[in-house]
Parts: sequence; structure tokens; C-alpha cells
Amino acid sequence: MNFTLKVWRQRDAKSKGHFETYQVKDISEGTSFLEMMDILNEQLIGEKIDPVAFDAGCHGKQSGPVSFDHDCREGICGACSLYINGRAHGPESGVTTCQLYMRKFKDGSTITIEPWRSRGFPVIKDLVVDRGAYDKILQAGGFISVNTGGVPDANAIPIPKKNADESMDAASCVGCGACAATCKNGSAMLFVAARVSSLALLPQGKIEGARRAKAMVAKMDELGFGACTNTRACEMECPKHITVSHIARLNREFLKAKFKD
Amino acid sequence: MASRAAKERCDAGYGVNNTGKAVFLDFQDAFKRLGREVVDARYGNLFDMYKEITDVDPHEEPMMIYPAIHYTMGGLWVDYNLMTTIPGLYAIGEANFSDHGGNRLGASALMQGLADGYFILPYTIGDYLASKFKEPKTDTNAPEFEAAEKAVQAKIDRLMNIKGKRTVDSIHKELGHIMWEYVGMARNKAGLEKAIGLIQDLKKEFWSNVYVAGETGVFNQELEKALRVADFLEIGELMARDALNRNESCGGHFREEMQTEEGETKRDDENYMYVSAWEYKGDDVKPELHKEPLKFEFAHVATRNYKD
Repeated sequence: MNFTLKVWRQRDAKSKGHFETYQVKDISEGTSFLEMMDILNEQLIGEKIDPVAFDAGCHGKQSGPVSFDHDCREGICGACSLYINGRAHGPESGVTTCQLYMRKFKDGSTITIEPWRSRGFPVIKDLVVDRGAYDKILQAGGFISVNTGGVPDANAIPIPKKNADESMDAASCVGCGACAATCKNGSAMLFVAARVSSLALLPQGKIEGARRAKAMVAKMDELGFGACTNTRACEMECPKHITVSHIARLNREFLKAKFKD
Repeated sequence: MASRAAKERCDAGYGVNNTGKAVFLDFQDAFKRLGREVVDARYGNLFDMYKEITDVDPHEEPMMIYPAIHYTMGGLWVDYNLMTTIPGLYAIGEANFSDHGGNRLGASALMQGLADGYFILPYTIGDYLASKFKEPKTDTNAPEFEAAEKAVQAKIDRLMNIKGKRTVDSIHKELGHIMWEYVGMARNKAGLEKAIGLIQDLKKEFWSNVYVAGETGVFNQELEKALRVADFLEIGELMARDALNRNESCGGHFREEMQTEEGETKRDDENYMYVSAWEYKGDDVKPELHKEPLKFEFAHVATRNYKD
């Protein structure tokens, strides 16, 4: 398969970015999207080593390999991002970019690749954004307190299966940032909701329960993420199918905490 | 054994798929015997994953499978408190060597993460820190800091200035092929000796002919990768040396010279009942082997039997 790629290039956070156009050829259908990016980068580095033998058709302002985030490449680490043809993690539903395969695209088509676009995630370089904001939100309340000393007995705190399952569903959030990148308000509500909901469903962590929702929402606001207007776009693009019912639970936790004030 | 057999058939030219690197795994008999629901309850998530990756439904067509490395045994040497040979530097979870011996199975990583992080470290690290509270803050202008910073900077400058003809990825892949072929699922003396030579040659090639794109002082993923590959070359050679030293089959380490008539692993408890701790002696210097004898007081040492 052959593709024309329009890739966002940006030297650093302060520089102005622009699109560069590249060609990739003879890509097999089973190639993953990130492997295709690797092939592009081999071409772009090759061009530096020997401009004649490797020609990716790049004669633009910024040459050299394209920076993009990736790690486990099996959909569990949350490192990969990419806005592909206007959608977070590309056209497939329920997968991260690393689980997207080139057969999902039309041979000969043009693919537009951008970084997450959100005020909360400033661009570091090219397609890499700083998602440290999510870590800061977690630090504000995404933890539980435990007593030091002996390790509690494994069955000392019984949890109903339904709650455990629902909590695990929320915990399957990988923190990739697709929700905030997709939201028209740039809100990180789905992420915060997944974390709060996961802990709210469990008996552990009740000590800071009231504080948690308030602290995490306040941190989200402080870091420049927008408010939620219930468009549910986040739910559509979440690679882990986190539902907005967790946002409802977050709101309930938030209100409960407010009444306690 | 199944993995070794799959590779052997593919190496012999009987592999399927357009890569020739796959064998069929057919579930039809299992469906007939147990029913599709039972099989799905056990392996449904794997079936979904396979369909996602290949666009083929393994209920309808046989799966195409090929073995792959997803794990390595061993890690940094630590004491019973999980501290490395550097005082105050602790290594927990999969970074250390401690819990698993010759093999790792499903959920081993989770088990080690929990054991080290939940049961051991909370008790041991506090003990170390307790004696440190009254010590003054370490000055980052200390000569040791400056020396370390200089050494790293020199390594980076050296890499950036090679400006050779090989990409970092191409050398990484070549190393991967050497490891897969000679230090993989089945190893033998001649292959391991060959691998050590090949890795040393590749190391020379890397340090004289690699091309690291981009600049220093800014975000540079190629440089990061190059620094990692430099480390992989070291650890790859060490793994081959360790495998060569251990002339027995044990856990995930299979020496072709040491197998039963049925092709199962054959240990040599008389000579190899020890953990190999390799000490770094400097670049291009042979590492030194320290043998830590394994003593079993309660567990009975036996051969695992998968057949009964």
C-alpha cells in the first residue's frame, strides 16, 4: 500500500508548527500504524545519511525523524497518542494508535497526523505532547491511605463482585489523554471520573473520599482543562470504552463533598 | 517444546503466511470436544486480540502463530532487602533478579511487583533511611556528580559525532536477530560462541558507523534510542556469556547438549546449583562471575513433570 502523509512538525513548544508532506510506499496491510511511522522515520534518517538513495519527498523546513510517543505497543501503557484524520487514535473504535493497522486505510489515500490538541497538553516536539498534567491531577487525589505495619489479611475487606467489576472497568483507563484531546472544551472529565469512580466504588480510601473529588477537579481546572458539557465525545473516542456513567459518579462524589463543607 | 518445534519447522521452510514465519494452530477439535462457549470463556480475549491484529476470526480459520520473546529472566543483583551493590539504590519488581529463578510464567511480573512493593520494600527501605535523617543533604556540585555528568555528556558527544551510515534501528534489529538465532529458545556451545563474536563485531560497527539524527540539548528520541541500544549490546553479550557458562538446561534456558530423550530440559544440579551474578569490570573487559550457591532447606529439589 502507498500513502501520502501530512505530518505536524514543530521544533519545540515555543516554535510555530506546520504540516510536512511525505510519501511512504510498499506498506503491507498488516503493518501497524506505529510501524508505518517507524518506516517513515527510517526513510527520513536515511535521507540525512544519503539524500539520493532515500527520498521521502521531504524538502520542507524541518527534516529528520518525526518524534512520536510509543512504548508497549499492545494497548495497555497509554503512551501512544496521535490525532489521525481528525480523530484521537484514528478511525477505529476501542483501540489505541498502536493497535491500529494500515488495512483500515484506503490504498493511495492521504493521512493527516497531528498531536493531541488541548491546552492542558502543550506540544514538546512534533507529535509528542506533555501529559504531565494528568500525573498532577492524580497526585492531587488519586491515592488511598493505608496503615503502616502488618499487611492486612487478603479476605479482611469483602467487596461485592458488582462493585469490583465496575471499579475495574473504571481502572482500565490508561491515561492516554484522548478524552481531553477530543473534547470541544478540552475537558479531562472522563479521566478524572475514571480515577475517582474506581476508588469511590471500593471500601479502601474512604478517609480521603470527600477530599478526593474536590481536589482532583480543582487541579484539573487549575491546569487549564475545560468544563464538561455532556457531549459524550470522550466516551466515543476512549480506547478503553470508559463510559460517562463514571462522570455521573464523579459529580455525585463532588456534590457529596460540597455538602460536607 | 511447542515453541522450539514451531521455529524448527519454519526454519526448515515449512512455515505458512507470506512471511513463512508461522504455523497453524487449529481450534476445531477443541470446539468439537468442549464446545465453543467453553473455549471462548478460556481464551476469548486472545481470540479478540488475534482478530484485531490479523483481521481473521480464529473461530473460522486456524490461527497462525510463531514464538516470540516477551520476557527475559534475571536482573540487577539485590540483597534480601532489595538493595543493589550501590548503597541506597534499591531495585524492585522486574528490575531485579531475585524471585523467579530460571523461568517466569504468567502473572509473574504482578507477583513480583506485589511481593517487592507491598511486602518487602516498606520494611527495608525505611530501615535504611532511618540512619540517614541526620546526614547533611548531598551537594550536587560534589566531584562524583560532576564526574558522572561529564561521563554521560562525553558518551552523548561521542555518539553524535560518529555520523556514520547505519541507522540506530538497523543495528538494534541486527542485534535482535543474533539474539533470536543463537541466544533464544534453544542454545548450544558453538552458537553462543558465534553470537559473542557477532555481538562484539556489531558493537564495533555501532560505535564507528552509527548515525544519530538530530541535535543534543533538545528532545531527541533517536539519541535516547541510541543510548539504549548501546546498553542492549552490552547486556546481549552478557546474556550469551551467561548462557555459555551454564552447561545445563534449566527453566527457560535450554541447552541443546543437555536434554532428555524426549527433548525436555535436563538440569545438572551437581555442577550448576548456583545463581550467576556477573560483575561489571569496565568496558570491553570480561565480566567476573560470582557464584551464589542455592541451598534448599525445606523445598525438595525435583524435576517438574508436565505429563501427569
